[in-house]
Amino acid sequence: MHLQVSWRNVWRNPKRTGIILTAIIIGAWTMLAFGALSRGMMTSTLSNALNTLTGHIQIQHPAFRDDPVIDNRLTAPARVADVLEQHLPGNAAFAFRIQVNGVASNARNSESITIVGIDPAKEAGLSFYGDNTAQGKLLAPGDYRGIVVGQALLDSFETKIGRKLVLMTRDATLETASKAFKIRGTFRAEMEATEKQFVFITLDAAQSFLKAGTGVTSACIKLPEETTMDLEALAKTAKALARELPEGTAVLTWVDLLPLLKGYLSMFDSFMLLWYLVVFVAMAFGLTNTMLMAVLERTREFGLLKALGMKPSWIIRNVLLECLILLAIGLAAGNILGFATVQALSGGIDMSFMAEGSEFFGIGHLVIPYITLKDLLSVNAVIMGLGVLVCLYPAVKAGRITPVEAMSHT
Amino acid sequence: MEHTPNHMVEIIDVSKTYTQGKLEVHALAGISLALDRGEFTALAGPSGSGKTTLLNLIGGLDSPSCGRIVLDGKEVTGLSQSRLADMRLNKIGFVFQAYNIIPVLSARENVEYVMLMQGVPAKERTDRARAILDEVGLANMHDRRPAELSGGQQQRVAVARAIVSRPAIVLADEPTANLDSATGQGLLEMMAKMNEKRGVTFIFSTHDKMVMEYARRIVRLKDGLVSDDTTK
Repeated sequence: MHLQVSWRNVWRNPKRTGIILTAIIIGAWTMLAFGALSRGMMTSTLSNALNTLTGHIQIQHPAFRDDPVIDNRLTAPARVADVLEQHLPGNAAFAFRIQVNGVASNARNSESITIVGIDPAKEAGLSFYGDNTAQGKLLAPGDYRGIVVGQALLDSFETKIGRKLVLMTRDATLETASKAFKIRGTFRAEMEATEKQFVFITLDAAQSFLKAGTGVTSACIKLPEETTMDLEALAKTAKALARELPEGTAVLTWVDLLPLLKGYLSMFDSFMLLWYLVVFVAMAFGLTNTMLMAVLERTREFGLLKALGMKPSWIIRNVLLECLILLAIGLAAGNILGFATVQALSGGIDMSFMAEGSEFFGIGHLVIPYITLKDLLSVNAVIMGLGVLVCLYPAVKAGRITPVEAMSHT
Repeated sequence: MEHTPNHMVEIIDVSKTYTQGKLEVHALAGISLALDRGEFTALAGPSGSGKTTLLNLIGGLDSPSCGRIVLDGKEVTGLSQSRLADMRLNKIGFVFQAYNIIPVLSARENVEYVMLMQGVPAKERTDRARAILDEVGLANMHDRRPAELSGGQQQRVAVARAIVSRPAIVLADEPTANLDSATGQGLLEMMAKMNEKRGVTFIFSTHDKMVMEYARRIVRLKDGLVSDDTTK
């Protein structure tokens, strides 16, 4: 019966109830929808970063991270491969690479770039390489002269497929190495900077070019997608590998390799909570004001109830129940609207209109918003929990009305 | 004044002073009065004589500045708000001049609500509410909301609600003030019947002559003191 009474009280003034419900619905909807969009951007940033040759785990020479030169290479990759094949889960993939800085030049231009020696058979699916070929073709295994460059680099060098590009870097004998490669194809990446930075040759060509023997600078491991944010599982896998790998190897997870991104992601949840609070504060004013008006309008009624023997705690409980009904309806509608919005945008939002801006933050061209269970619970908990808390003021005010002052109220 | 078991209410040298700004208003100036069980008493007097104040003090809605009030053998003065609420819930029925019933509830629900607070089981609540509404002449109006009831019918609902909780005493503050004489008379007849049939003590505050005609005892107040006490 209490619920029935509170329900009827809520609808006493439908217009006012409609206004406050609208505020709660918009609050919940914006929290969810913008939260989902932010979550999509964050995922896009992380996915881009991992796809840009980082992977989930890398095995390197211990000195390579601080000094990424060919001297700091793994000289016995076969032993590393044995360990990885034995200890990685079946759905994980890995490939060896040589990755050093160098200079690319032709008659028109000269740019600093990163030379990446890859195993063409294994690299596709491990990084962005092979995802989007713009022109020509990808490298074939055993291609000693071929090179694949980004479309943006090709454009800036004013060259084309089939033309030569000269790479220059320091080799393992500390001499300057220089060699002309023939452009086989170009790739497209999420970010133009990536297209300009990386050039791909085969691992065999890189080993020969850099006089590195059978050495590699890293083994890049890609684990199943769900492992990305499961940092505990990631660390456990890395630890297990470190135990098995020979001395002179370092096992680094993406958390070690991208500390700035990790820091940004750690702050993300705090930003989300802050955003929820800002939206809630705006909503709270409306909620408190409405409940206060509803209480003051019913001063005589609360006085009557007290005269009949209702205790202040019952009155507080009844007002809070009305508040809960408002919050529950508002949240339900806000959640439905939030999910509908995310569903409508499930094809992704094309961010190319702000390409340079989004590139600055490492966000891809397509952002797919999504709602996590944690975000859903946070939004509902913030609105419900704090909503009830701000309703305490009008509820306590109602509880303090005395019958005598209520009866003299006009 | 000595307590006797037949006294429903004992008012012992009760004063009530209100402060309005710098002015002190003596609403009651040391009243002593005893009301027996089953009485049908009117507190009469002009506006400002202290009728409503005395009724509020008996009902525990307000506390006296000094003096004691004993209701049904128990001291009311000095009780906590929570105990006063319990006492009002279980021992006292109220009928006010206006704003008597809750607008979002039907007649039956209004009557049931007080039993809900008492913890009466749902089935018993409904049965008792229906029976008392039939008794006060609202047999076909159980499910009507206050807006669909006339002033007299609303007052009947209020009386039904006051009686249904099985109180020791019903306090009615000018119950006929907003009613026309025919409706007021009907209400008074109904309350007189309740008083006789159920033995419930009724105390009215009024300056309605018709109420005084129905009352078996009239206590007249003037300037916060008893000026006359007549039993018919």
